[in-house]
Amino acid sequence: MIQKKSYSSFDINQLKLLIPVLIPVIVLSVFPLIRGIYLGFTDYRLGSPIQFNGFDNYVNMLNDIYFWKSFQVGFLWTFIVTFLQIILGLGLAVLLNSKMRLTKLSRVIILIPWAMPPIIRGIMWKLMYDVDSGVFNYLLIDMGIINQPINWLNSFEWAIPSIIVVGVWGEMPKAAIFILAGLQTMSKNLFEAARLDGANAWQEFRYIILPHLKPVLAAVISLSFIWNFNTFGLVWVLTQGGPGGTTRLPMLAAYEEAFRYGNVGYAAAIGNVVVIAVSVALYFYLRHQFKQRLV
Amino acid sequence: MKNLFFGASKNILLILYLLFLAFPLLWVLSLSFKSSMEIYSGIPNLIPLAPTTQNYYSVFFDQNILKSMSNSFIVGIISSIGVVLISIPASYSLVRYKTYLNKGILGWILVSQIFPVILIMVPLYMILRNLGLTDSLYGLSIVYIVWTLPFVLWMMQGYVKAIPIELEEAALIDGASRRQVIFKVIMPLLLPGIAASALFAFITAWNEFFFALVLMKSQDLITLPVDLARFTGMEGQARTGPLAAASIIATIPSLIIFSIIQKWFTSGLVSGAVKE
Repeated sequence: MIQKKSYSSFDINQLKLLIPVLIPVIVLSVFPLIRGIYLGFTDYRLGSPIQFNGFDNYVNMLNDIYFWKSFQVGFLWTFIVTFLQIILGLGLAVLLNSKMRLTKLSRVIILIPWAMPPIIRGIMWKLMYDVDSGVFNYLLIDMGIINQPINWLNSFEWAIPSIIVVGVWGEMPKAAIFILAGLQTMSKNLFEAARLDGANAWQEFRYIILPHLKPVLAAVISLSFIWNFNTFGLVWVLTQGGPGGTTRLPMLAAYEEAFRYGNVGYAAAIGNVVVIAVSVALYFYLRHQFKQRLV
Repeated sequence: MKNLFFGASKNILLILYLLFLAFPLLWVLSLSFKSSMEIYSGIPNLIPLAPTTQNYYSVFFDQNILKSMSNSFIVGIISSIGVVLISIPASYSLVRYKTYLNKGILGWILVSQIFPVILIMVPLYMILRNLGLTDSLYGLSIVYIVWTLPFVLWMMQGYVKAIPIELEEAALIDGASRRQVIFKVIMPLLLPGIAASALFAFITAWNEFFFALVLMKSQDLITLPVDLARFTGMEGQARTGPLAAASIIATIPSLIIFSIIQKWFTSGLVSGAVKE
């Protein structure tokens, strides 16, 4: 009487319960999204009328070196940060899953970067990278590794590695926690059986833990990939996209187009390309991961 | 012997991880208690030689961070109450009814994760402006309600699923109305989920930057992250100490709330469908 097992097309009682959610979602999420996608096919500039211009924005993009540069940086950043955060997060999760004296303390400490507002992550690292008062320059000069302080965030060579470190630091705990949750659903018997069969730590990891984690890892990798590609606040605080656009991720480029230069249509077009690029990357990744199931 | 070696190396590895993760906070905590003279002295002490609370004083009284803190707090409270109120009946209906609306909502939850915020930003801004809700704490709160909704709905419906349907049937047979079932039977059992959702929504609002940056213009309506980002924009040596103090202040609520909800949070995400 309450639960209907098969899908019915519509139920007025359900609609009544869902209305408070549906209205704000449609007005403030679905509609703006559709509108935003449409704006990507117009020449809309702030303050002037909106005119449909088909694929002009995308044709212009082909010749826009700033656009190519920001996508290049975006993919570089996304691949490296996602890769490192998963590898390091996996290691941390495995460590936390084994009983050790420090595990309780660790679970509090790994919350630090995760809980922190992304803006504050940026500010803290900016203070540590500072040329005059930053801790890294102090220590490296102290140890005699460098003679001159390095202007980490403002140098063409160091800006990208510097923000990547911050990105990995901030995102790795999230990956570790989700992987850990996946690890904890494994039964102890599996490990005991493996030990009895004489498996060493590496074999245990390779043949028991990894296969079991496959779905969790696929989910964490996909989500991290999307999140990392759409990073904004962190890099905004650290470098504002500089020096000379070296760290200008696609979201920073789109933000500048829309809110600094007023090219809303073009900014939306960049957003559309980001969605397509991310979807294509994920499609190939997930297809590769779940090949057996798709066949 | 081999086991001992493994145990030791595992511990060392874990300590290295913890140092990497905790060091920035410790360093900035230490900066926040140093005078600017000590900060630029070239001696990297973790424990300040002459601890001072001057930076905190300057943040509260010269920078007037209290205003943006209270804005963030108000927005956090309104959006967490709002999102919980609308998602209780919604998550209930998503579990107990199976219609095409479910597919629509589920589709939206997934799609909303993939699309970058920049796409919706300008249209959203225009809609809010027409409603007179830009540069308004209410407007920002409503945006945050919609923004946290996918995750809250997802988590809450996991909790609803765990409630045996027999409980409801018993109440209905005793003559309770649907409204009474939701508020008297379901709600009390949902309390952990409600608490987790509310805290999650609060912290999302407290941490959020992009919407606040675009939607809020008046100096006395900006939220804490935007305030602090402006603060960093203004370079100058004297600012390092106060900036460190402000970072610590902004981090404390997030850390406390996160340590409370962390367990529910991950189990809610991972289980979702489990628990019969």
